[in-house]
Amino acid sequence: MNYFLLTLIKAGLIAFVLVTVLAYLVWVERKVLAHIQLRVGPNRVGPHGLLQPLSDLVKLLFKEGFIPSHVNLFFYLLAPFMAVALSLGSIAVIPLGPQIDVFGIKTNLGLADVNIGILFMLGLGSLGVYGVALAGWASNNKYALIGGLRSAAQMISYELPLALAIVAPLLMFNTLSFREVVDAQGGYLFGFIPQWAIFQLPVPQLISFIIFLIAAFAETNRIPFDLPEAENELVAGFHTEYSSMLFAAFFTAEYGHITTACMVASVLFLGGWQPLWPAAYGSDFFPVVAHWFFAAICFWHARQPARSYDRYTMPILGIILFGAGGLFLVPFLKPILVPLFWFLSKVAFLIFTFVWVRGTLPRFRYDQLMRFTWTFLFPVALVNLLITGLLVALTTK
Amino acid sequence: MMGVILFAIFATAAIACAINLVLQRHPVTSALSLIGVMGSLAVLYLLLGAEFIAAVQLIVYAGAIMVLFLFVIMLLNAGEERKIPGKSMVSKLIGLPVFVLFLGVVAYLIQTQYTHAGSPVEFDAFTGGGPREVGMALFTTYLLPFEVTSVLILIAILGAIVLARKEID
Repeated sequence: MNYFLLTLIKAGLIAFVLVTVLAYLVWVERKVLAHIQLRVGPNRVGPHGLLQPLSDLVKLLFKEGFIPSHVNLFFYLLAPFMAVALSLGSIAVIPLGPQIDVFGIKTNLGLADVNIGILFMLGLGSLGVYGVALAGWASNNKYALIGGLRSAAQMISYELPLALAIVAPLLMFNTLSFREVVDAQGGYLFGFIPQWAIFQLPVPQLISFIIFLIAAFAETNRIPFDLPEAENELVAGFHTEYSSMLFAAFFTAEYGHITTACMVASVLFLGGWQPLWPAAYGSDFFPVVAHWFFAAICFWHARQPARSYDRYTMPILGIILFGAGGLFLVPFLKPILVPLFWFLSKVAFLIFTFVWVRGTLPRFRYDQLMRFTWTFLFPVALVNLLITGLLVALTTK
Repeated sequence: MMGVILFAIFATAAIACAINLVLQRHPVTSALSLIGVMGSLAVLYLLLGAEFIAAVQLIVYAGAIMVLFLFVIMLLNAGEERKIPGKSMVSKLIGLPVFVLFLGVVAYLIQTQYTHAGSPVEFDAFTGGGPREVGMALFTTYLLPFEVTSVLILIAILGAIVLARKEID
């Protein structure tokens, strides 16, 4: 098939799924946070608040887009667009699965397969700060300005340990292409230990992985590093003066950053779509078992309903999960869905970690934040890189 | 064909951003125009087959260095430049002829000095711009200049630190 048409279809599909997922990440975050804090969370719109993202979207769409009179109009309007475009752009180079075969068309799961994919991702990431910094400056408001400045300083500082943490596994895999990185993590040590970067010899990249995660928290402006929008110091930080869809754009950009950071982490360190244990021990059937297990829980809840409507909603959810599990058994869909399942479950786990950390840790002070990265994180990343480089040089012929 | 169209678009964008950079009187606008120039240059590198240099251009120049520029401009809260009133008539009279003369000299030099100016640039002809090839060239053929440059940058960093410490004391 025409390469252009194929890419267009894939881009449309990925964009649609991504934007939907981003909307639902807000729901996931609110629900998980609520349960961490022994609350119920959103439960008014739809069953378990599942239609909450939709109602939020409608609300934001129809709200008055108020533009304060004292802003620098051009940059005030440009900033949210830059933030969204640069945040969602990196998904283009991240591979989502192996090569698949749909109706005789061979194609890679994922959009573009660039031989410098990781550099492209870093480039877009380093441009991402402009959205936040410009929004802070163009708002012509001192809280917003301080938020934008903090964000710029923080992103420059944490980009260094982030890049160094990325370089260490790349030294082992000897490539800059995301797809080749995943291929290099296939196979099993002693037949059962997966060769993911965090387990792979000569240097298991566990330290790099942790450094990457910490730096990603800072790059995405998340607690404990959410100083640019610290609400008890700066009202709402860089987006204080934004309302309606312009505000929603910053929200989308933030969740887009989180999703891409988690995807990159699972590709670089957690083996992408490589399963946790070999297919010989039945890892292909794990998705089926997992779905059917949750379906069984739903049916059990339907028998003993905690709420009156659970008698009707739970069986429906159970049947959906049962059917979804069954899809993994269809021979035609299996090679597509099983890798996607492993990849997306790793991403979902990392996103859950982001929310978990937000519900657990307090916010840093600004000087602590800076001291932490320059005097601790950066040297550790550097030493880790040196050790990795030395051992890789010694072990390769 | 695709390469020529893209070249035309991004070369125009680069020149337009460069002109805007000079014309604008607000430092933030100028800084953003410079980012536009660098982004367009990155695409031009990509068109010529130098994908590593394109990525580095984005990461180092458009990303890191320009963020620092913008940071300083925003931190100092620099406002619009004021136009200096009463510009001398001499500069207005001489400006245009000197500019035309300059363009003529540049055109003459390009015509005479570059012998293969007649052969057109072919897009997609060069494929040695990936990270592997650039790394091989840097660490074998150009090892000495590379290391000397790194020492030079180290000296610059040390100099900056010394100057900054003097301010604090």
